[in-house]
Formats: sequence, C-alpha cells, structure tokens
Amino acid sequence: MPITTAYKTEIQRVSILDEHGNFDEKLGKDLIPDADLVRLYEAMVTCRVLDEIAFKLQRSGRMGTYPQNMGQEAPSLGASYVLNKDDWIVTCYRENCGLFWRGVPMESILLHWMGDERGNAMPREHFATPIAVPIGTQMLHATGLAWASKYRGEKRISCTFFGDGASSEGDFHEACNFAANLEIPVVFVCQNNFWAISSPGKVNCSAPTLAQRALAYGMPTIQVDGNDLFAVVKVMRDAAAWTREHGKPHFVEAVTYRLGDHTTADDARRYRDQAEVELWKTRDPITRIYDYMKSRKLWDDSKEATTRERAAVNANAAVATAEGIAEPHRQDYFNAMYAELPADLATQLATHNTHSLGQTEEAAHVATEALAKAHASHH
Amino acid sequence: MTVREIEYRDALNEAMSEEMRRDKRVFLLGEEVAQYDGAYKVSRGMLAEFGERRIIDTPISESGFAGMAIGAAMMGLRPIVEFMSWSFSLVAADPILNNAPKMLYMSGGQFGCPIVFRGNDGAGGQLGSTHSWCVEGLYSNVPGLKMAIPSNPYEAKGLLKTAIRDDDPVFFLESERMLGTKGHVPEEEYLIPFGQARVARTGKDITLVSFGRPVNFCLEAAEALAKEGVDCEVLDMRTIRPLDIESIVRSVKKTNRCVVVDQSWSFGSPGSEVAAQVHARCFDDLDNFVHRVHTADVPTPYATNLEAEYMPNARRITEAVRACLYLA
Repeated sequence: MPITTAYKTEIQRVSILDEHGNFDEKLGKDLIPDADLVRLYEAMVTCRVLDEIAFKLQRSGRMGTYPQNMGQEAPSLGASYVLNKDDWIVTCYRENCGLFWRGVPMESILLHWMGDERGNAMPREHFATPIAVPIGTQMLHATGLAWASKYRGEKRISCTFFGDGASSEGDFHEACNFAANLEIPVVFVCQNNFWAISSPGKVNCSAPTLAQRALAYGMPTIQVDGNDLFAVVKVMRDAAAWTREHGKPHFVEAVTYRLGDHTTADDARRYRDQAEVELWKTRDPITRIYDYMKSRKLWDDSKEATTRERAAVNANAAVATAEGIAEPHRQDYFNAMYAELPADLATQLATHNTHSLGQTEEAAHVATEALAKAHASHH
Repeated sequence: MTVREIEYRDALNEAMSEEMRRDKRVFLLGEEVAQYDGAYKVSRGMLAEFGERRIIDTPISESGFAGMAIGAAMMGLRPIVEFMSWSFSLVAADPILNNAPKMLYMSGGQFGCPIVFRGNDGAGGQLGSTHSWCVEGLYSNVPGLKMAIPSNPYEAKGLLKTAIRDDDPVFFLESERMLGTKGHVPEEEYLIPFGQARVARTGKDITLVSFGRPVNFCLEAAEALAKEGVDCEVLDMRTIRPLDIESIVRSVKKTNRCVVVDQSWSFGSPGSEVAAQVHARCFDDLDNFVHRVHTADVPTPYATNLEAEYMPNARRITEAVRACLYLA
C-alpha cells in the first residue's frame, strides 16, 4: 500500500441560535441563565448606541478616525462573559463590547479615538491591554503574557482577538507557532468579517476556512457563528477550559460581518455590494437575541425602550466625561518615556518652550539650573 | 595577586548568570541559546544551571520572540532576548522599534518594557553586508530605548548587569569580533551606570569620542600619535542613549579639538549627533570643526582588504587627528 493518508481531519462549526430564530435546545439549554442574557443583551445595545454616537462625533469633527464595531458585538462579549476576570484579554479595535463587559470605562475607548494616550491607560484590574491598531502585534503580546503566567505557575490564560486580514501577517504565524511549540495557553480568536478594509477574504486566504490555518500548528480549532451569542459563549467556554487544562493554545474562527465601514476614513459602499450588507443585517447579533427573548417572554417593548434610554444616557455621559477631560500639558509628553527621566530628556523638558530643546549651551545651563532647583526642592 | 582575565563572551555569560541567580524574573530566550549553548557560546552552561524554563530555545522567528518578550515584560518579567546577530533584528523591527520603546508612553504609563535585546553588532568578520549591520545609527534615533555598547570584557559585564536591572528596554550591542578577547574582570560584583562615559586615556591636545569596539582603535591610534608628540584624550561613551554629553563638553573645553569615531554610516548617526551637540555647546572653544571617522556610505564590503579599509581603523583615526590639529 504505497499511498496512505498522512493526516485527515474535519473542522466543526457551531451554531445554536440561527438568524431564523431556530434554537438548538440540546446545546443551548442552560447555557446562559435568563438574567445574564438580559444583561448581555443590554451590553450589546449599549455598545451599539455608543458606536452610533462615536460615528456622529467623528463626522462632526469631535473625534478622530473611528472603527465602528457594529455587527461584531458578540465574539468579544461572549469571550469576556466566560473568561476569568484575571485572564488577559488582548484586543485590536473591534472588541469594545467585551472590554466594556470587563469594566473598561467607555470614556477610555472614546478618549483613545479622540487622540489621547490617557485613554490607553487600562486600569490594571481589568487585565486588558491597550487597543492595538498596528495589525498583528497584539497576538505576540498575548502569547508573551500567557507565557509569563505559565512561568509563574499561574492558571491565567490569554485570549487575543484579530481580524481575517491579520491572519496574513507574519506575527500571526509566529505567535501560533510559538504558542503551539512552547505550549503556551492562548486562545486565538479570529473575527472573520470578510473584509480587510477593502480587500475581500480571497485576498487574504484561499482556504475555505480561516480555522484551518491552526491545523498547520497542531492546534485544536473550531468555527463558530460569530453573530450567535449562544454559540460564541459555548465555543469560548470550551476553548478557554481546554486551554487552561492543557496549557496549550486553541483557535477559534468567529464568522461575523462588519456592518459599517472599516473606519470613518473609508466608504464601504465603494467596494462592497449593498445586497451583501442587507443580507448580513438580517443576521444581526442584537436583533437575534431580541427576537429570542421576546419569543421566550423575557422581553417586551417597555423593557426595550427603557434599555435604549439607559444606553443613550450612559453613552452620552461617557462622551461628556471624555470631552470634559482637561487637555494634557505640552510637557506631559515627557512623563511616560522612561521609568526615570534621563538627563537629555530632562534638558528638553526644562527648555521645551524654547526653539532649542536644550541644544544650545545657554539652554543647557538653564536646564541644568532648573533641574538642580527641582532636585533641591524635591528633597 | 593575579589579575583575573576572562573572555568577552564569558563576561556576558557571568553578567546574565549572576542576574538570573539574583532575580527570578529574568530569563533568556533566543535561537539556539539553550541546547547548543548559543550560536557564539555566550550562554554556555546556562541551560544546565537554570533549566529549560528559563533558558529557552525559540523557533527561528525574531519578530515572534521579540514580540512575545514584550508581552512577558508587560506582566512584570525581565526577558533577555538574544539576537544571533543584530542584523537579524531587522525582521523584528515592529516589536523592537514600534512597540517596546513606546509601550510605556502609549499605555499612558501603564506598561513598561524592561527587556534587554542583545546580540552581535558590527562588521569586521567578512560576513557580507546583510550580516554586518551596525544598528546603532538606525536604532538610536528612536526615543524610549536605551543603548549600551561595551568596548571590552570589563565593560561588557558591568554594563550588561545594569541593562538587566534597568526598567526600560535596553539595546545591548556586542561585538562578534571581540567575543574571544580577554580582559580583566574582577571576581567581585560591580555595575557600570548608564550615561557616564569612561575616560579611557587622558590627554590634553585632542578629544577622541567613540563607542564600542572602535574605542580600542582610538587607543591604538593614540599610542602611535603619542610618539609624534600628540597627546590624545579618549572617551569611551559606554551608552549611546543616554549620551553623556557633559563629559564630552568638559573634555573638549580642555582640548579644544574633537574627533568622533563611529562604526556606523555617517548620515544621521551617533557620530553626527555628537558633532552637532559639540558644535552647539563648545562653539567658542573649538580650534577646528569636529572631525568624524565613519564607515563609507556603501554596504559592508565582503573582500578582506576593502572591509578593513571601510571600518574605522587606527590609520584613518590618526589621519583625522592630524587633520583636526592642522598637522596634515
């Protein structure tokens, strides 16, 4: 028998609540308690409301470039819901919903996109890293964070998010290879929204699934309907548990869709077929849960109205907080450069209001004197 | 009493081993650092002492292990990342230049990156241009990092120990050409602070400012020039960031002449930075403009004779000194 099968596998896809309202009782029963489902729904609605407000802020010149999360609320939310509070969540920029569920203040995210580093100072207790805009770097950071947990003998895992486009980056492959070979507990979650800015999926991957990329690294992998919160919760819970138990990575492809533009800097109508967008609107993760809750008599119009109202109040309060923060002082940009300010930067700080930034002899003397004075008063 | 002399590579090994004994958060990762004792045997015996948890062989993926080290450092560990050569760090530009030096700033002060990136830097071994990078010119442009470049075994050990204890990312530039060089390294512990130049030779006629291996060529040139009655002061800068400009200014105000010797290309280099700062700070003290000895603006040549002439060497330094003193 000269030719045998060297390897054969199949990739499972999990769906529990589909866009037609079909609910798989076997998989979905007792998966999410009703009270939690209501809270998760409210979280998605709040995230969506904030998303719409953020878009308007950008259009009216009150915020910089912003990537809408619309349509992709479920994957990060489901992950945050099932992860331990001290597992790391290492995101790119379409995971607002999961970050808010963890307790990251909405104003932090707004502040980030308004162009203020203070929005990146994630409170440590949330075990979240700053939003990573360069495509792909965060997957390696997540691997390093998880490796550090392993080094310290902790059971903490990392869960990192990235898009279909990022799975073409070398960083993705190096992170997967690393995590698999060195046995590092990371859950890699690919939010496949079919569009890397204007590039369709085929430009980034010729295989029928992104999930199968993980096979090359000997990593368990699964595909999930990323617009189905129930399915996401199940898959993420299983993947996190497996990763924690085995101390090895697991891959999840969450199939979802970006209902908005890539960011406020592009117009998706120029490269996407509107019929495709309309189709995906029928698969919206929020309306799916809404319909389900109504059919289960968990929800009614009055509750919906109250929720929407509360979401708007909270989102507007976050906007007010973010816009109300005092501008940073010019010299503040020296503050977080090094653990301790080195002499050359101290000189630049002392002379930052001059053209020289400490380059002339006279300025250097001024700086030296100012530093000595500051030093004396400090002691 | 005998003076203990050890090789440059063993000085590096001692620095890492001592710091790893002292601090459980320190670990070493890189290509072939564990089973093979390092491509250049710098980590010889470390796997046996510290085990595979702390001495880690990585896949051949510089971006991968540099990026992973950032994550580990964000959680409070202190990785030492070995690049077999700094030439290979170019494929890890994103983590080492775009993430590590900016992480503290871009996280609003939340996450520091106490990582030492170390490896061989510089040409001189006929390795061809792609493997002969002097990265100091390219990388020292980036704020947020520190950069040390030791000139002998004593400096290598003292500076590396300081680098490992530093709370910021440190780029540690070693010299493959000096790995086998022996020098005095005392048994007892010592550290060499960053940002404090060493006066490698005192003199009154001219100040030679240099970094790393070329400091030795400056000393060689200084000995030759002494026979001609020229008394050179040689400053070993030890760190490029932070740059101890005050020591340079002090020396130049004494000698009124300055030659900078830098093994990187001249355009936008540590040498040009020193020259600019000396011109600004010592404008009225200078008898001549600051002269500079660099590598030529060509890829590192492969041929032995071309490579030797391309590098700063004692002959070229001597010529620059004579020119600066109007002796040429």
